[in-house]
Amino acid sequence: MSPRVVLVTGVSRYLGSRLAAELQADPTIERVIGVDTVAPRDEVMTQLGRTEFVRADIRNPLIAKVIAQAEVDTVVHMNVIATPLGAGGRTAMKEINVIGTMQLLAACQKAPSMRKLVVKSTTAIYGSSPRDPALFTEDVEPRSLPKSGYAKDAVEVEGYVRGFGRRRPDVTLSLLRFTNFVGPTIETPLTRYFSLPVVPTVLGFDPRIQLCHEDDGIETLRRCVTEEHPGIFNVGGSGVLLLSQAIRRVGRPSFPVPSPAVSVVARLFRRAGLVDFSPEQMRYLEHGRVADVSRLRRDLGWGPRPTVDAFDDFARDRAGLLKAERFGAVEDAVLTRLAGRRTTSSATSGAVGV
Amino acid sequence: MSDTNVIPLEPRDARPGRKSAPRKPATPPATERPAKPQAAPEPDVAPPSDWERKLAGGMAFLRRRLTGDYEVDDFGFDPDLTDHVLLPPLRPLYEKWFRVETRGLENIPDTGGALVVANHSGTIPLDALMTSLALLDHHPAHRHLRLLGADLVFSLPVVAPLARKSGNTLACNADAERLLSSGELVGVFPEGFKGIGKPFSERYKLQRFGRGGFVSAALRTGTPIIPCSIIGAEEIYPMIANIKTLARLAGVPYAPVTPFFPLLGPLGLIPLPSKWIIEFGEPIETADLGSAAAEDPMLVFNLTDQVRETIQSTLYTLLMQRRSVFF
Repeated sequence: MSPRVVLVTGVSRYLGSRLAAELQADPTIERVIGVDTVAPRDEVMTQLGRTEFVRADIRNPLIAKVIAQAEVDTVVHMNVIATPLGAGGRTAMKEINVIGTMQLLAACQKAPSMRKLVVKSTTAIYGSSPRDPALFTEDVEPRSLPKSGYAKDAVEVEGYVRGFGRRRPDVTLSLLRFTNFVGPTIETPLTRYFSLPVVPTVLGFDPRIQLCHEDDGIETLRRCVTEEHPGIFNVGGSGVLLLSQAIRRVGRPSFPVPSPAVSVVARLFRRAGLVDFSPEQMRYLEHGRVADVSRLRRDLGWGPRPTVDAFDDFARDRAGLLKAERFGAVEDAVLTRLAGRRTTSSATSGAVGV
Repeated sequence: MSDTNVIPLEPRDARPGRKSAPRKPATPPATERPAKPQAAPEPDVAPPSDWERKLAGGMAFLRRRLTGDYEVDDFGFDPDLTDHVLLPPLRPLYEKWFRVETRGLENIPDTGGALVVANHSGTIPLDALMTSLALLDHHPAHRHLRLLGADLVFSLPVVAPLARKSGNTLACNADAERLLSSGELVGVFPEGFKGIGKPFSERYKLQRFGRGGFVSAALRTGTPIIPCSIIGAEEIYPMIANIKTLARLAGVPYAPVTPFFPLLGPLGLIPLPSKWIIEFGEPIETADLGSAAAEDPMLVFNLTDQVRETIQSTLYTLLMQRRSVFF
């Protein structure tokens, strides 16, 4: 059952605009409405095609009017923001994330036309700790719930979404917990981190990381909008990379920082505007986080590409100083030198024999 | 770098870190690679000498490490690093120092999941490392033992990543069942810190076997339980006292005092050269009990006791046979 009118929140940001562009290209969807507080940049606007843009704040009851008037049947909520810098401070971010979601869900609950709700959440809600199982399944009880920042907002958002699900059981609810995104174009704290000329790590720790390619993220959202996939899903590539391994694959030297100094260094980086890493993400750099993505693969009959491939697609154009070719070249130079030495020595010994 | 140097790279370019590339740790495919086929057309090339082959292998390994071109599984197990860097330094300890003797290796299946349950002792978990090495080097199928460790292990810097890279994971049912059902050989020490940190006077007396979580993991996955008895590990660091206050301050389960440590300083860290025997007992099959059996606490308790009794009696038998601690 294909949706008729789709509303996408957070459409001015990268993933939101890409999803809207994808959906408006689908002729079976009658209308695509994009909502955000700021208008998309001009070059994004052209991609959005027939998407109707409504400049509205989802913290404002105006959103209810939009949903009612357009008889929206599918809402894609992508307006949970991860970085306080992008939202104008932590207070504003919290308000957009939590109050915004509450307003949006209130509006959805009142709308009789509502059929489907797709929410973009994050695996960050599982936290990172040494006492958790190696892979988080969707129904695991995490040992330590995140106490601050984006992850805590996401936990609260999920709480409200579950409440909505109870009150409107007739609405198909897909809750997608994404792992960190990478890809050639997307910009996240993690992609900026891997783009630093020298990458700081926590001394004595080497976490496992799991990544989702941006294209696969969009594809997952698209499938959940156009097909029926009720439930909670972890979304990310299969397999893991070690942080050290990822840094080497992107050809950068790493700089281990002793754990007590980590918060100081993190603050310096934040102030310099290099990488906006929250304390939650610092814990991630110690213990990592990997989710079990098999449920999504089973339900959709498709899954995002493996973590390694997603990362390599990101790393291809960003190779730093330590390029793989250089190591290979040195190795081959030594080997050919050796082979050459052997040739000459055997040649001379042969001459003596004659 | 001149262009000529880059030419031999061609065959490698097909590779850049493809996931599908075979990853057989024992025989790294990259080791035997380029230059030699390049030089082959030359008629009078002496075959590469032994050290040259070693150098080539070493450089290939170094390149794989420096460019991140290796694979780890979901648990962070890095077979390339484990086989080439982490385990080799332990081999002299295994062969020459403890002169480990293994018995009953035929009880370990060549393929498929199985749970090795062993007694824990020795103040420092060398028994875990030696058991892993025994199975990797002396079992016909050269199996990696995936150990389940306490959460303390995974919160310590340096130790945590090494533990994960050598194939270990947190002792919890989710991880144990995931490993067992994917056909891995899993090792567990149900005594935990109670076993490894017990005073020398209580040597070879098995402590309480946790809550029997390992039995329910085996039941749920239908994998056999293999009792394993280790003799010799108790004597490597005879713990004569435990400074509880210091342990509490440092947040560790015990702070050991041995006859030589801390008295002799770092010298006291050298383990005593006791003679070890590791015996793998007959497997206890769980497949015919069905996975529902894991929900029957009485059955789980009984099975836990059975495993514990088996290990305890094997320990006594082995101790009777042992001529002395050191020979």
